[in-house]
Amino acid sequence: MFGFGLLSGLIFLPLVGAAFILLLRGESEATLSNVRWAALLTTVVTFLLSLYAWSLFDTNSSAFQLVEEKSWLGSGLIYKLGVDGMSMPFVLLTTFLMPFCILASWESITFRVKEYMIAFLVLETLMIGVFCALDLVLFYLFFEGGLIPMFLIIGIWGGKRRIYASFKFFLYTLLGSLLMLLAIMAMYGVAGTTDITVLLKTTFPSSMQKWLWLAFFASFAVKMPMWPVHTWLPDAHVEAPTAGSVILAGILLKMGGYGFIRFSLPMFPEASQYFAPFVWTLSVIAIVYTSLVALVQEDMKKLIAYSSVAHMGFVTMGLFAMNQQGVQGAIYQMISHGLVSGALFLCVGVVYDRLHTREIAAYGGLVRNMPLYAVAFMIFTMANVGLPGTSGFVGEFLTLIGTFFANAWVGLIATTGVILSAAYALYLYRRVIFGVLDKPSLMKMQDLNAREIACLAPLALLVIYYGVQPGPILSACAASVDLLIKNYQTALGLTKAATLALH
Amino acid sequence: MTPLSFALAHSLPEIVLAIGALVLLMMGALRRPKGDWIISECAIALLGLAALSMLFQVGPTAIIWDGAFIDDAFARFMKFLALGGAMVSLILSREFMAREQIDFFEFPILVLLATLGMLMLISAQSLIALYLGLELMSLALYVIAAFHRTNLRASEAGLKYFVLGALSSGMLLYGASLLYGFAGTVSFTGIGEALKGGPSIGVVFGLVFVMAGLAFKMSVVPFHMWTPDVYEGAPTPVTTFFASAAKMAAVAITVRIVMTAFPGMKLQWQQIVVFISILSMAIGAFGAIGQTNIKRLMAYSSIGHMGFALVGLAAGTEQGVFGVLVYMAIYLAMTLGTFAVILSMRVGNTYVENIGDLAGLSRNHKFMAFVMAMMMFSLAGIPPLAGFFAKWYVFLAAIKANLYWLAVIGMLASVVSAFYYLRVIKIMYLDEPARPFEKANWEVSAIVALGGLFVVLFWVYPAPLVNAASLAAKSLF
Repeated sequence: MFGFGLLSGLIFLPLVGAAFILLLRGESEATLSNVRWAALLTTVVTFLLSLYAWSLFDTNSSAFQLVEEKSWLGSGLIYKLGVDGMSMPFVLLTTFLMPFCILASWESITFRVKEYMIAFLVLETLMIGVFCALDLVLFYLFFEGGLIPMFLIIGIWGGKRRIYASFKFFLYTLLGSLLMLLAIMAMYGVAGTTDITVLLKTTFPSSMQKWLWLAFFASFAVKMPMWPVHTWLPDAHVEAPTAGSVILAGILLKMGGYGFIRFSLPMFPEASQYFAPFVWTLSVIAIVYTSLVALVQEDMKKLIAYSSVAHMGFVTMGLFAMNQQGVQGAIYQMISHGLVSGALFLCVGVVYDRLHTREIAAYGGLVRNMPLYAVAFMIFTMANVGLPGTSGFVGEFLTLIGTFFANAWVGLIATTGVILSAAYALYLYRRVIFGVLDKPSLMKMQDLNAREIACLAPLALLVIYYGVQPGPILSACAASVDLLIKNYQTALGLTKAATLALH
Repeated sequence: MTPLSFALAHSLPEIVLAIGALVLLMMGALRRPKGDWIISECAIALLGLAALSMLFQVGPTAIIWDGAFIDDAFARFMKFLALGGAMVSLILSREFMAREQIDFFEFPILVLLATLGMLMLISAQSLIALYLGLELMSLALYVIAAFHRTNLRASEAGLKYFVLGALSSGMLLYGASLLYGFAGTVSFTGIGEALKGGPSIGVVFGLVFVMAGLAFKMSVVPFHMWTPDVYEGAPTPVTTFFASAAKMAAVAITVRIVMTAFPGMKLQWQQIVVFISILSMAIGAFGAIGQTNIKRLMAYSSIGHMGFALVGLAAGTEQGVFGVLVYMAIYLAMTLGTFAVILSMRVGNTYVENIGDLAGLSRNHKFMAFVMAMMMFSLAGIPPLAGFFAKWYVFLAAIKANLYWLAVIGMLASVVSAFYYLRVIKIMYLDEPARPFEKANWEVSAIVALGGLFVVLFWVYPAPLVNAASLAAKSLF
């Protein structure tokens, strides 16, 4: 495509859609409908294109594929894209979730529809870019650029405390990212390039690794988010519009985990080894503590937000176990959580659109007049708990096994998180769906309409499919994860040998 | 001794401006019609002509007029920026000056003279030439700061600027005389040669005073006090001129004097630059938080940005200078774009300046609000906008020069400053609309559009600017 490759097309296609929407004039209902359809069409075509990219992808290879490279800016910076087994699933997750976001905003967004759709499409471009970038600066550009549309989405179309939430989101993330930017510059100074494929082979001096690791950690821990820098997430989730929450939970949080896999672990193996107990501690605290916090929430979105923090704890824990089960489980958990938490936020959006409150106490007994909704919500709640047969189980189980191999105590404490997650999720479900239907405002609530079914059904099917058939995702990332672990152990072996030689 | 034609060819832009300004002065004095736009048009054309004439100066570095004046790639790059800033300021001034009824013909001529001073300053290669350029620029600037004679705030701004400016010139002169006394020459390269063997205490004093005088012109902490008041009080096109062209000249001469006259004193000047850079970034970030006037906000923002630019200078390497040059070019575009938006903040017949007046701009003037939002994100250094690349290059140089703490503090300051830039965006996008502004005239809209285009699409094709800046940086070493 104009001398650019498939991935460039994938990245810039949403921008083309955004430009088209920009050209649509007028504020009439017909124009707004066109805007919605154009956005939906763009995201669907992008998804199809990503499926085509997936069909070209060779899962047996651990190398970067669909690579394209162009010189850009001179002086070492390049425009380089490519995907491997660890990034391809995230690209698909992004393009897959986007159409649902557009659908979820179909009726709930009533003003400035055009700007809203443009913001979402720009965000999609930036998110795909994050997972495709093979140049550190390019990665940073996409990673950080996503703040702009997300800030506007929360700030303009959010709830009552949207301004506070959007500022907190923006400034927290910016602080972390800027420290990472300094680390990027320092790495550029050492390696003379920001090409990720070269940096992956560069060995950084041990003393420097720790600082670099900490700087990257500052960014990814905020993005992830890990305890104790997670406090922006509940606020952002609560105030964001439904689709914003879906994207936030589904994809933006995954950028942190992806960053760990792509940069921290392979590039700073010694520091990762050194800091692993630290990460485990934070992860275990996140799992137990935020699960407890989730138990006492009275706001549905806040509850799911805290549960996201807990589930991301499993991810970081599994990643730093650094064995096949741990890392693959973490990737699986991220994909699964992207689907499940996205779907849960869509479920909250369904009732929020009808009653305009997220307070749990305002609901109860919905099973009587919304049976379909009750079924859908049940599936996703169970997946969130990690019931065997749903995708949530596979991820949690694998990360727990991986951690158990690495450190039995960490595994033991983290397992209590599974019990706690059952507690808060089922408690939420009981309060919202069961009980007596005695509130007059709830009586006239309609069950899911066609658009909402179209939103939730594919997600429910996928959650169950991946629960019984984890093969596709696991085999996609297997080769790359193998390579990652092999390199990690070689690097550690080398330093061990070097230390021994010095004595 | 170089032939006269050679010298003339290498100072062509200055000659064009000098002769042009005198001719225009005669024209104005003889015609005297008030509210005549023709003088301004001629002035803009002259500035353009001066910029064009530089395109013919492609030869290598030339030192002319008995070693007082240098024409190199660095000078050409900065002159281009200064001329651009002056031109846009003049273009933006037409409607404002007419509505405020201060459209006297002296204004464009004073802008021309100030610009001439800037060009001389940028090309100065000796202390005398430095002082000549600096004073020519400053005297013209004092007058136009107070150009709105009947306005109390403008007069106050002019007076304040004059008194503090005179003080700083005095300091600079004192430092220059010390330098001359110890080095025995006024030429920069001569001073650099003479000071090779390690500086004496008197030279260090000289350096400190010269830097203090220049810091005042760059408006960096601790010589920044005048900036918010003058920015607020002066007529907005004049503020634009101060924030754009004048900054370019001041930064250019600082870089040049530090790099050519004090290469052997890096240890000494680096401390000073690091110190003023850290303070400027901090004061710029924290000072702006409480502001309600958009021009005052931009004043603190410019203080902060000078601090960021000096991060590159602190590195003291070719890469650092390159970073400063790119930073100044991008900062120029962002400033001009932002001030163009400020100049279209007009309700009825009066110009408004409160940040609160921007409320709900995104509903009344979608395009302008969008550009302003992008300017703010860019000033905050969020990728992929131009402002990010500016920061990238200066901090890259600082990291390479092992100035880690400076870089970390700079990053923290930019998080703080992001807060107030976000506040402007919040007011435009999230607040309920205030009274809508009148439609801006086409020149202002065009500048807004160009600025927006540059900031948003810089990443697509940065090569011309990056290449020119690296060429310019090379010529200093």
